[in-house]
Amino acid sequence: MSDTLQKSSDIDLDKRPENGRATAIKSRLTSWDSIILVLTVLVLIVASFSVENFGTSRNFTFMVLDLLPIILIALPMTMIIVTGEIDLSVASTLGLTSSMMGWLWNQGLSIETIIPLCVVIGAICGVVNGFLITGLGLPSLAVTIGTLALYRGLAFVVLGDGAVADFPWNYTGWVTGTIGGGAVPNVLILIVVLALIFGIVQHATPFGRSLYAIGANAQAAHFSGIRVARTKFWLYVVSGAVAGLVGVLWTLRYSSARADNGSGLELAVVAAVLLGGVSIFGGKGSLPGVLAGVVLLTALQNALRLEDVSGQALNIVTGSLLVLSVLLPNITTAVRGNYHRRRLRQAASR
Amino acid sequence: MTTLSLHAPAKNLLKTRELGIVLALALLIAYTAIDNPRFLSGQSIRDNLLNTAILAVMATGQAVVVITRNIDLSVGSVLGISAFTVATMMSANPGLPMIVALLAGLAVGAVAGLVNGVLVRFGKVPALVVTLGTLYIYRGITYSWAGGSQVNADELPRHFLTFANDNLLGIPWLVLIALIVVGTGSLMMRNYRVGRELYAMGSSPAAAELAGIKVARNLLGAFVLSGALAGLAGVLYAARFGTVDAAAGNGMELNVVAAVVVGGVAVFGGSGSVWGAALGALLLTVIGSALAVLDINQFWQQAIVGALIILAICADRLVAVRIARSLRKRDAHV
Amino acid sequence: MAEANARPQKADAHNDPPQTNDPLPQANDEAKVANDPLPGASGQPQEASDRPREASDRPRKTAANTQLARLEVHDVSKSFGAVAAVQGVSFPLYPGEAHALVGENGAGKSTIVKMLAGVHRPDTGTLRVDGADVDFAGPADAKAAGIAVIYQEPTLFPDLSVAENIAMGNQPLTKLRQIDRKEMHANAERLFRRLGVPLDPTRPARGLSIADQQLVEIAKALSSEARVLIMDEPTAALSAVEVERLFAVVRSLRDEGAAIMFISHRFEEITALCERVTIMRDGKHVATEMVADLSVDDMIRRMVGRDLSALFPKQDVEPGAVVLEVEGLSREGVFKDISFSVRAGEIVALAGLVGAGRSEVMQAVFGVDPYDSGVVKVHGRRLKKGEPRAAMAAGMALVPEDRRQQGLVMDLSIERNVTLPRARKLARLGLLFGGSERAAAETWTRKLQTKLGRLSDAVGTLSGGNQQKVVLAKWLATGPKLLIVDEPTRGIDVGTKAEVHRLMSSLAADGLAVVMVSSELPEVLGMADRIVVLREGRVAAQLTRAEATEESVMYAAMGQEVAA
Repeated sequence: MSDTLQKSSDIDLDKRPENGRATAIKSRLTSWDSIILVLTVLVLIVASFSVENFGTSRNFTFMVLDLLPIILIALPMTMIIVTGEIDLSVASTLGLTSSMMGWLWNQGLSIETIIPLCVVIGAICGVVNGFLITGLGLPSLAVTIGTLALYRGLAFVVLGDGAVADFPWNYTGWVTGTIGGGAVPNVLILIVVLALIFGIVQHATPFGRSLYAIGANAQAAHFSGIRVARTKFWLYVVSGAVAGLVGVLWTLRYSSARADNGSGLELAVVAAVLLGGVSIFGGKGSLPGVLAGVVLLTALQNALRLEDVSGQALNIVTGSLLVLSVLLPNITTAVRGNYHRRRLRQAASR
Repeated sequence: MTTLSLHAPAKNLLKTRELGIVLALALLIAYTAIDNPRFLSGQSIRDNLLNTAILAVMATGQAVVVITRNIDLSVGSVLGISAFTVATMMSANPGLPMIVALLAGLAVGAVAGLVNGVLVRFGKVPALVVTLGTLYIYRGITYSWAGGSQVNADELPRHFLTFANDNLLGIPWLVLIALIVVGTGSLMMRNYRVGRELYAMGSSPAAAELAGIKVARNLLGAFVLSGALAGLAGVLYAARFGTVDAAAGNGMELNVVAAVVVGGVAVFGGSGSVWGAALGALLLTVIGSALAVLDINQFWQQAIVGALIILAICADRLVAVRIARSLRKRDAHV
Repeated sequence: MAEANARPQKADAHNDPPQTNDPLPQANDEAKVANDPLPGASGQPQEASDRPREASDRPRKTAANTQLARLEVHDVSKSFGAVAAVQGVSFPLYPGEAHALVGENGAGKSTIVKMLAGVHRPDTGTLRVDGADVDFAGPADAKAAGIAVIYQEPTLFPDLSVAENIAMGNQPLTKLRQIDRKEMHANAERLFRRLGVPLDPTRPARGLSIADQQLVEIAKALSSEARVLIMDEPTAALSAVEVERLFAVVRSLRDEGAAIMFISHRFEEITALCERVTIMRDGKHVATEMVADLSVDDMIRRMVGRDLSALFPKQDVEPGAVVLEVEGLSREGVFKDISFSVRAGEIVALAGLVGAGRSEVMQAVFGVDPYDSGVVKVHGRRLKKGEPRAAMAAGMALVPEDRRQQGLVMDLSIERNVTLPRARKLARLGLLFGGSERAAAETWTRKLQTKLGRLSDAVGTLSGGNQQKVVLAKWLATGPKLLIVDEPTRGIDVGTKAEVHRLMSSLAADGLAVVMVSSELPEVLGMADRIVVLREGRVAAQLTRAEATEESVMYAAMGQEVAA
C-alpha cells in the first residue's frame, strides 16, 4: 500500500531546513530553560569570585546537602506537573516517613529494614493520592492539599513533637560525608544517578513522550492509546516513594527524626520546578531547566548566607524569579504581537 | 409544570452541601458537649468564635477568588505584612484610633491583592504561580524589614489590645467584624450582578469574555478583596495576639484554602458560597477545640483536617454525579 | 409562532424531505457544501418551491436598500500571524433584513462574526453602526451597540441556572439593586414560551443537550432586544420543528426592524429565511446578491471558485476475509444492539443524523469509550473492551471526529504527533533517539504530501487539511488492518478532500478494511461499498451500494417521521 502513496514527493521540505535550523536554534536560545541555565552558571561564577568561602570544597558539600531534598523531589514533581497535575503532599510524606523512621527505630528494628520500609511507606502515601486523583477523578490540587494536612498530621500522631536522634553513625556519616574525604559528597552520586534515570525516562522514552501528550491534551492522548489514568497513578506512587527516600536522607543528615521535618518544602519544590520553565498547565518543560532552577535557588541562598544576608530576604528573589519565569515570555510575545499589528496598520494607511 | 416537581430533588441535593457542614458541626458539638458540658459554656463558645473570626474573614476573600477559578496562596504572607505594618505603626503612634489601624491593614492588603490581580490578568500568569511567588515576596519583604525583631504587647496601645475582647451588645468586635464581612460577602455573591458575574467567570472563563462581562475589573476586584481581607485579618491578628514578628500567619494559606474547600467551594470555580466557606472555617476551628475538650491527642487535629478536606471533595464529587444523573433522568422524561 | 401559522406553506416546504437538498443535519460541517454536487433532481424543485414566497418578501427588501445600513463592514482585514483570515471585506446589514453569509470552511466567516462581536479587532478597515465608525474594545462594547451573537458552539455557564444564563449582564434589579430572581425566572419562562421550549428556568445549564443549549443561547439573544442578531450556524443541532420555531421568532424580530446575519450550510434554510446573501472565499468578498436571484448551484460555484468534478473515486475491489465483526453492541442511553461486519478491501459507511450514535459506536469499538454488552471481534478474535491499546495491537486505527480535541496534540510538534501511537515500537532498548522518530515522521508526512515547514513545528500551525493528513499519517504509520475514519473530510479544503478520498480508495484496494463515519451524503454514496444507517442508537438499515440513494439513506436515517 505504500506504493500507491509514494506517487509524488515533491514537497518543499528540502528547501527549508537551513532556515529552519537557524530559527530552531534561535528559539532554543531564547527559551526560558536556556535563560535559567545561563543565569545559573553566571550566579555560580560571580559568587565564586565575589563571595568569600563560596568556592571552597566545604561550602560545596554544604550546598549539595542543601540541594538534596529539593532536587530529588523535583524529579518526579516535574513529570507530574508536565502531565498537568500537582502534588503538594510531598513534604508531608517526607515528614511522615521521618516520623515513622524514628518510631520504627524505637521499636528496635534494624536500620537496614527501616530504610526500605520508609520508601514503601512513601509509596503508599503516593498510592492514596493516585487513587483519589485517578480512581475517583478528584482534582489533584485539592486532594494533595488534603493529604498535605493528613500526612503531616499522621506524622505528629506517630511521633508527637519529640525527636529520635540516636541513629547509627555510619549511616548519618555517609549522608554528610564525602567520597574518600574529598570534595565530592556521597549523596551527589545519588543525585546524579537519579537525575540521569529521570532525565532519560522523561526525555528519551515512550513513557516520557506520553507525559507531554497527556499534559497538552489528555483526550488526544487517550485516543492515541495512552493509558492516561494509569500513567498518572504511577507518577504519584513514584513521587511518594522519592519523598519517602528523601525523608530517610533528611533524618540521617540531621540525625533527627521529627514530625515537622521538611515542613513547607512542597512550595520550594513547586517554585523550583516552575522556575525551571515547566508550565503549570502541563505539556511543557524540561528536566535540565528544572535542575538549573534548583541549583540557582540553592546557590543564591548559600551565597547570601555567606554574605550574612538573612536567608528569609532571599524569599523576595525566589518569588520574583518565579513570577518572572512566566511573565517575561508573556510580555515578549505581547510586544511582538503589538509590533506586528502596528506594522500592518502602517502598511494599510500608506 | 410537572418538570418543576421532578426537578426538586436536584435542587435539594444542591442545598445539602452547606447543610452537610451544619450537620457535621451539630453532631460534633453535641457529642463533645455530652462528654463535657463545659464545651457549651459562654467562655468556650466565645473562644471558638474568636478563633474562627480571623480564619473566616480570610476564607471570605479566598472563596470569592476560588469561585472565579483562581487561587490566592499569598494570604498568609499578606496577613504577616499587614500585622507587622499596623503593629509598628500603632507602637510608634499610640494615639491613633482603632479605625485607622483597620483602614491601614485593609489598604496594605488591597495593594498586595492588586499586585496579584494585575499579574494574573495583565501578565497572564496563572494565579497559582503568581500567588506562590508573592507568598515568598511579601514574606521576604516582611522579613527584611523586621529582621529578627518583633513588636511586643507592651509596646502596643491599650485600646488596640483590648479591641479583640471588647464587646458591642455582648458580641466581641472581632466576631462582629467577621459576621459583617461574611454577611456582606454572601449577599454580594448571591444577590448582586457582580457576584453572579464572578460565578460566571469561574464557571466558563471563555463564555464570560464573550458575554461582555468586565472580566478584568471583576478579577482585579476579587484579588483586591482577598488581599484587603487578609490585611484586615492581619490587624485582627495583631490585636488578638499582641506579639507580632515577621513570621505571623506563616502557612496560614493552607488553613484558609482548607476552610474554603471543606466549605464546599469547588477548586475549579463556579460553585460554592461564601457562607459555606465561613462554616468551613468554623468547623475546622471547632474540631481543634473539641479535641482538646475530649482529651484526644492534639496531634490528631491536623490529620483530621486533612481527612475532612478529602471527605469534602469526595462528597462534592458524589453530589455532582447524583445531580447529573437526576438531570439526565428528568431530561429523558421530557 | 403567529408568522409560522400565517404561512403554512413554508413549514410544509421545510419538512418535505425530497425538497431539502441536504437531508442530514450536522454540526459544524462547513466543507460539506463544497462537495455537494447537487444533482439537479434535488436542487431544482427547491428553487421552484421557494421562489414564489421570496417574491412576496421583495417589497420590504427594496425599502431596506434605501435605508441607512444598521451595521456596515467596510474594507476590513484581519490576520493571525502569517495567515490572512479576512482581506478587504465590505458589506452592509440593513434593518429589517435577514442577510446570509456563506463560504467554505476557512473562508473567514467566523472571523467576521468575531470582529462584529468585539472578540477580535480588525487590523485595518472599519465597522460602522448606523453610519458611525465604531471600535469595539471587547464583547461588552459590541453588546452595548445592540449586537447579539449566537455562536456555533454554545457558550453557557454550566454552574448557573438557565435563567441566570439568559439574564447575565442585564438581570432585573430590585430597588436595592439586588437581582430580582422572581422577575428573572418569569422573563425566562416568557422567552421559553415564545420559543415553545419546555425548559425549567431554575435548572443548571450543566447537562443540557446541545439542542437545548442552543435554544438557551437563542433565548439569551432575544432577551437582550438586539438591534443586530448574528447567528453562526445556530440550527446545526436543532430538529426541523425547532428550526421552524426559531425562524418564526427571527422573522418577527426582523419585522420589528432588527438586522439579522445568518450563517448556515443548509441552502434551504437560507432561501427560507434570508433576502440577501454575501459569499466569501479564502478571506475575500466574492459577491453580495439577492437570494432570489441566485440558484443554489450558483452560490456553490462562487463559494468554491471552481467546478466540481467527480470526487469520490472508490474502485471496485473484491472483498476479502472478514476483518471486523461487531455483535449486539449496546451502551445504555447511547446505542443499542449494533451488529455489522467489515471485510478486507471494503469501505463500510456509518450514516445517520447527528446524535444517532455513529461516532459513539466506533469509539466503543476502538476502546476509547466503554460499552455495556456485546462483542467486538477482529479477525475472529474477541477484543478486550475499553482498551485502545488492545484494539491497536489487533491492527485497528481510529482517525477521530474532532481533530483538535481527539486527533492531535496541538502544542506538540508534527513528528511527536505522528509517532505518538507507536513510540514504543520505535524505541530501541526502551529508549527513543531523535533520529528514529524524525525519520518515521518524515516518511509518512511525505507519503501523504503534507505541506509543512519543519517537523519540529507545533502541529497547530498547519492548515486544517494538513492537520488531517498528519492524523492520517499518524495512524497509517501503525500499519493498520482496519481503519476507522470519523468525518475524514470535515473542515478541509476541496483539493485535500479529493486526496483523502483517493487515499482511502487506494488503501481499500490494497486490502485494508475501512469504516467511515460521515455526515456528507455524497461522500457516503460515492465512497462506500455498504452503508449502515443508524437512527437513535440503533441500526435502521444496511444498504448495499446498489440499493443506496439519497432518498433511501435519508428515509432510513429519519424513519417514519418524515413520511408523515
